[in-house]
Amino acid sequence: MPGLPDLLAEANRQLTICNACRYCEGYCAVFPALERRSILREGDLALLANLCHDCRACYQACMYTPPHEFGVNVPALLSQARLESYRRYAWPGAFAGLFNHPRWAAAGASLLVAALALVAVVVRAGVGGLVAVETGPGAFYRLIAYEVMVAVALILSAAALTVLVGGFYRLWREAGGSRRQLLDMHLWAGALSDAAKLRYLKGGGGGCYYPDPVRPAQARLAHHHVLLAGFALAFAATATAAFEQDVLGLMPPYPILSAPVLLGIAGGLFVMAGAGGLLARKRREPAAARELAGPGVRSLDVAFLVLVESVAVTGMLLLVLRATPAMGPLLVAHLGAVGGLFLTAPYSKFVHAVHRFAALLRDRAEAAEAP
Amino acid sequence: MIGGGNAALCAALAAADRGARVQVLEKTSPEWRGGNSKYTRNIRLVGQSYSEEEFLADLVNVTGEGIDRDLATLVIERSGGVSRWMESHGVRWQPPFRGTLQLARTNRFFLGGGKALLNTYYDRAERAGVEVRYHAEVVSLQLADRRFRSAIVDLPEGRCEVSAPAVVVASGGFESNLEWLGRYWGEAVDNYIIRGTSANDGRLLADLLSAGALQRGNPRGFHAVACDARSPRYEGGIVTRVDSLPFGIVVNRDGRRFGDEGQDLWPKRYASWGGLIAQQPYQLAFSVFDSQVLGRFIPPLFPALEAVSIEGLAAEMKVDPGALATTVREFNLAVQRDLPYDFSRLDGRGTRGLQPAKSNWALPIEHPPFFAYPMRPGITFTYLAVGVDRHAHVLDRSGRPLENVFAAGEVMAGNILLNGYVGGVGLTIGTVFGRIAGEEAAAYARAA
Repeated sequence: MPGLPDLLAEANRQLTICNACRYCEGYCAVFPALERRSILREGDLALLANLCHDCRACYQACMYTPPHEFGVNVPALLSQARLESYRRYAWPGAFAGLFNHPRWAAAGASLLVAALALVAVVVRAGVGGLVAVETGPGAFYRLIAYEVMVAVALILSAAALTVLVGGFYRLWREAGGSRRQLLDMHLWAGALSDAAKLRYLKGGGGGCYYPDPVRPAQARLAHHHVLLAGFALAFAATATAAFEQDVLGLMPPYPILSAPVLLGIAGGLFVMAGAGGLLARKRREPAAARELAGPGVRSLDVAFLVLVESVAVTGMLLLVLRATPAMGPLLVAHLGAVGGLFLTAPYSKFVHAVHRFAALLRDRAEAAEAP
Repeated sequence: MIGGGNAALCAALAAADRGARVQVLEKTSPEWRGGNSKYTRNIRLVGQSYSEEEFLADLVNVTGEGIDRDLATLVIERSGGVSRWMESHGVRWQPPFRGTLQLARTNRFFLGGGKALLNTYYDRAERAGVEVRYHAEVVSLQLADRRFRSAIVDLPEGRCEVSAPAVVVASGGFESNLEWLGRYWGEAVDNYIIRGTSANDGRLLADLLSAGALQRGNPRGFHAVACDARSPRYEGGIVTRVDSLPFGIVVNRDGRRFGDEGQDLWPKRYASWGGLIAQQPYQLAFSVFDSQVLGRFIPPLFPALEAVSIEGLAAEMKVDPGALATTVREFNLAVQRDLPYDFSRLDGRGTRGLQPAKSNWALPIEHPPFFAYPMRPGITFTYLAVGVDRHAHVLDRSGRPLENVFAAGEVMAGNILLNGYVGGVGLTIGTVFGRIAGEEAAAYARAA
């Protein structure tokens, strides 16, 4: 795996060629942002890397890709730089190594949380309680104490959020962003619109050349947004459940025809479809294209998608089988997957959301600064 | 279809649209296919802001009055429908780039440039049933009774004969053939850089001419721009061109100026420096400028030579320091400093009493550090052509058409581009004549 100095040198070499050519200007924000610079430093590279969607339109269009002696491969370069930016802005720095072992990190964190959940169940309900049939209000909390579940959830999400915000801020600053611009609501509105529309994943209109290197398509964009909608629905389900429980005093599990469960079902199905679709695209990818983005990129994506998929699958199974003896083991598995997702969020592909948004915001700010 | 660039693919698509069975014989590999077209990015088309009359005037302005007005007018008239045809074959557009304002009104830019354009055409062609054979080099055409019978083709598995009711020759010029260029230019060709494909050896052009095709265009003519002397011999493409010329002075290896860096006409200026540099000792020249113009032009692939003094820069350039210092001093003294500088227009701020003059945008070179790009002639394509008629038929020496032999692209562009070139017109000729050749060949094949 190349170190940052090597990556920077290679980025300056390749992107000098791009800057002299500019044929790809219409594909996405990377090339106009590149043209605003003559020398790339760490923050510049992180910005460009996180503006890149790895749609590969520029790679297909480039007459300087191998076997040409110029050897230009912007998606690979920026994919490696993106991975490097994930590591660079991770905190604490000691955990940055988790990006190199994404499958182990996801599996380890999930197993750890599942083990803790198992201990909590056994402590509260005994070994027999694990497979007992529990129904009616508060069934889950007869296995794990309400206070324990809420405390762990709050601590994990607060920790993840803090680390992610810290990474966002350091990327923002190193890419040249000012503190004052962070308060500019016009920039936020513009960047949110770019993110919501996946403006630059459209590759200038044709779509994404990944995984099909010949015919661009919009399917990756669709799967991405189905997954994102799934996240949003799951979040809404959690929020309404918290409201019913802590404001209205209604204890879960909730009936099927209730806001938390309906939202949760929709969220689960969307996440399964979105993450499943993205995973299926990876599997369909021709062997030659698989390593195009370079080492480490694919496994980071796959580990994250599999973890998200397991959260959704265990959640849906829990819903279906909650009145059976499988409820206990499924609750443990579901909490393990959810906990693993939160625990590894700042050290997994999840940071993509934060870094991409920081890059889109910075790009909006630069475009506004430009004469 | 012989060739695999824009003209050949337009012909293939047009013929397939008419129901013909089409085979494309491309000499190179899937990675290198596309001839010079893969290095293009824009096409000159008439439109709302660019009339047919203005297009013709621009063309006559660079080629001279010897132009074949009938064919030129045909290309210009048909260019009006090219946008829609390209879109219907999957092409997308992008806004003109920064730094190309001169072309925005007269040209359209296809998304991703020439290789993306060709990728789209190849995909559409294959979907339409066109068979593309790579590593298929056509050696010669077998003609009898003024008609094409078959082509002798070298394939990886050996030489074979391919027969067809009609053939379209779209195999480009001979600019990659240094031996052929050397017949006109001698040892100077050792210092030429071929900006585009290394595959255009002109084999089929020579074959057609020796088989009795009418010769058109100028055998010694080529389109050349100033390109970085450190560029690869072939296939360097757009990134090798040097854009800094009007921002400073241009000197040869003797440290002397030899042209007007502030010449008025944009397309001409762009194209004329290649030829001027080709006439200098060792075919070498330098674009010299100072720090006040940094950032005003698109930086090329290689870094500029740099020094804090003119003498130091001369040492980097391996030019006599005294000669360069004298040239710069004389230039600086001649600049009409009392006139305002404005690069956005012909500002008339030239030199006074200097030979040759710089007629616009003269800024004294006096703000260190100083910079220089070494430059050589960058040959883009040649103007020698087989004669064609309005139906893209290749003509014989008596001017009669060969009934089933058609030509499109650089192999016939010299009918129109006798001595000069305006940006984007090569693709216009290739697209218009590609379509005509494809349609006519399909019609002939159906009737046969």
